Amino acid sequence: MAQEEINKAVSGEYALGFEIDIETDVVPPGLNEDTIRFISKKKDEPEWMLELRLKAFEKWKKMEEPHWAHLTYDSIDYQSISYFAAPKKGPESLDEVDPKILEAYKKLGIPLEEQKQLAGVAVDAVVDSVSVKTTYTEELNKHGIIFCSISEAIRDYPELVKKYMFSVVPMTDNFYAALNSAVFTDGTFVYIPKGVRCPMELSTYFRINALNTGQFERTLIVADEGSYVSYNEGCSAPTRDENQLHAAVVELIAMKDAEIKYSTIQNWYPGDENGKGGIYNFVTKRGICEGENSKISWTQVETGSAVTWKYPSCILKGDNSVGEFYSVAVTTLAQQADTGTKMIHLGKNTSSTIISKGISAMKGQNTYRGLVKIGANAHGARNYSECDSLLIGDQCGAHTFPYLESKDIHGQVEHEATTSKISDEQLFYLRQRGIDEESAVSMIVHGFCKEVFSQLPMEYAVEAKALLELTLEGSVG
Amino acid sequence: MKTLEIKDVHAKIGEKEILKGLNLELEPGKVHAIMGPNGAGKSTLSKTIVGHYDVEVTEGDILYKGKSILEMEPEERALEGIFLSFQHPVEIPGVNNAYFLRTALNAKRKHEGKEELNAAEFLREMKKYLEMLGMKADMISRSLNEGFSGGEKKRNEILQMLMLEPEVIILDEIDSGLDIDALRAVSEGINMMKDGKRSFLVITHYSRILDYIKPDYIHVLKDGRIIKTAGPELVAQLEEEGYESIEEEA
Repeated sequence: MAQEEINKAVSGEYALGFEIDIETDVVPPGLNEDTIRFISKKKDEPEWMLELRLKAFEKWKKMEEPHWAHLTYDSIDYQSISYFAAPKKGPESLDEVDPKILEAYKKLGIPLEEQKQLAGVAVDAVVDSVSVKTTYTEELNKHGIIFCSISEAIRDYPELVKKYMFSVVPMTDNFYAALNSAVFTDGTFVYIPKGVRCPMELSTYFRINALNTGQFERTLIVADEGSYVSYNEGCSAPTRDENQLHAAVVELIAMKDAEIKYSTIQNWYPGDENGKGGIYNFVTKRGICEGENSKISWTQVETGSAVTWKYPSCILKGDNSVGEFYSVAVTTLAQQADTGTKMIHLGKNTSSTIISKGISAMKGQNTYRGLVKIGANAHGARNYSECDSLLIGDQCGAHTFPYLESKDIHGQVEHEATTSKISDEQLFYLRQRGIDEESAVSMIVHGFCKEVFSQLPMEYAVEAKALLELTLEGSVG
Repeated sequence: MKTLEIKDVHAKIGEKEILKGLNLELEPGKVHAIMGPNGAGKSTLSKTIVGHYDVEVTEGDILYKGKSILEMEPEERALEGIFLSFQHPVEIPGVNNAYFLRTALNAKRKHEGKEELNAAEFLREMKKYLEMLGMKADMISRSLNEGFSGGEKKRNEILQMLMLEPEVIILDEIDSGLDIDALRAVSEGINMMKDGKRSFLVITHYSRILDYIKPDYIHVLKDGRIIKTAGPELVAQLEEEGYESIEEEA
């Protein structure tokens, strides 16, 4: 496409430039109204959804890519990206899968059947998961829980979607959120009815097809009064992905006395040690504690992606509501992460906890950026923040940007930050007891992350530990 | 055969030579005390034996059971049976004390071709020794040395020694910062390890600990060399006259 045309397209003058064949599975690169109509049609969406998408697109065209984060990367050409591709056919068997990926599966202890699913080996291998799916669907139905793809929700539960989508992250919240609002392809919808405690950990993993919809994912979780849900997103296995740009949006809504626990393990392709390749991950995650005594807890283990821009946040609107953010972010190779949280205290006696652990190795750059905001009516609000950085080697970096805005003089805010190197003395102590260097490093790193890992569901914590080891393998010494 | 032979070792930290031709032999079953003024090189000696990265050996050799260990990694020396009770045990946040010790013990057992202990077997053993040393049960779950008092840190070192069953045991200022109860418990632990085969190297400023752990030999370390070796009677002389009075033996 000529530069002039691109400019036209970006500025919105590119009206009805070409027709897209609805029968094809991939749209040509580029973004205009037609692309959005195509996506909406492919998803069999009602008219109202298409209108919202188009509205978001109009807004997005007028917005500018933000560059305030402590990140360096080549600017993104949004017209060179293809915004819709049906999942590709997977390999016939594991023999066709990249041996490096298989090796990683092995080290992470992933069972063979799951390996097949992760690698996208389709057909017969999924038989097992289908039966799993049936079992859990029946169980969830019994409790009136809705757990489906966002596309299904738009078709089947329009009232819920209309009410809550964009209610926490408005479509114009930021550049990437607006882009996602225009072009999101799939994601997850969860609704937990009043008083129901979800009887199992919900996980994207159960929804096999969800693994292929990563690029512009949209997730919406609503926990009605007095309900509880724990949701796990992503998994530790490395995933091959042709898409360089990921811009997901996650919205959580916790009503009175409800609790949402949201855990993430992110291990997308980080690029090589010179910063070549790798995923750009620009995510907007936000939850609102709408009712009193509600609670939202974010736990994330971020080891992948070349560039991460992500601030899972809580709006503490209900009185006595609680927000938590537990994070381990690892940057090695030439990875860069600018991540943290926002805790917005609006209700009385709201409290928030921030525990952030950044680990940098090789040429990795790790930034914590957090905002604690205490509104004028948030009497008795409390925050505790702890941001620790661990450096391995001397080429990496750690940066901390804590922001505090308090309109209530009685608010209680505590902030602690430490930066430490894995000390030679710690390493030596362990080695003097007969523990080899690599095990010693991983022991120290696990110790450093313990407060965060202990927040993860058990199986997930085991995965996270193995992943951490694998990620830092060879980055020491 | 000697358990450890230090032969004319010269060693430096950075550019500074600290050990200047040090000779020392440890005999099986014996307790050797190293005494000397501040800055004589006592801690450097212990670091040199265990292979600390700070130390560079420029001349001489160290033999353990007749074999040179200078080329061995710190963990290999440890697995072969050389143990250092640190003067200042370092804190490692978040690393569970029992988990750490089980990892160390199983590394050693594996090295010796023995079966690894499972968590239950290990805990049974650990509890036995905790009780013996008068340590609280929460030592199992606390983070390694984190927030430990001086006495707790030293007792924890002795706990590790008892469980790892090393053959050459270096105790660097084990008595510093200990109250009398802790000193007694630590000494009992050390005395329990005496089996006629193990060698002990007790590095100390003060003679106090030597009332509890009876040394067989006293070595005076001064300016990077052992300048005198004698029996336990030397302690009294040092107490009275100080290190100044000691002349280097020909």
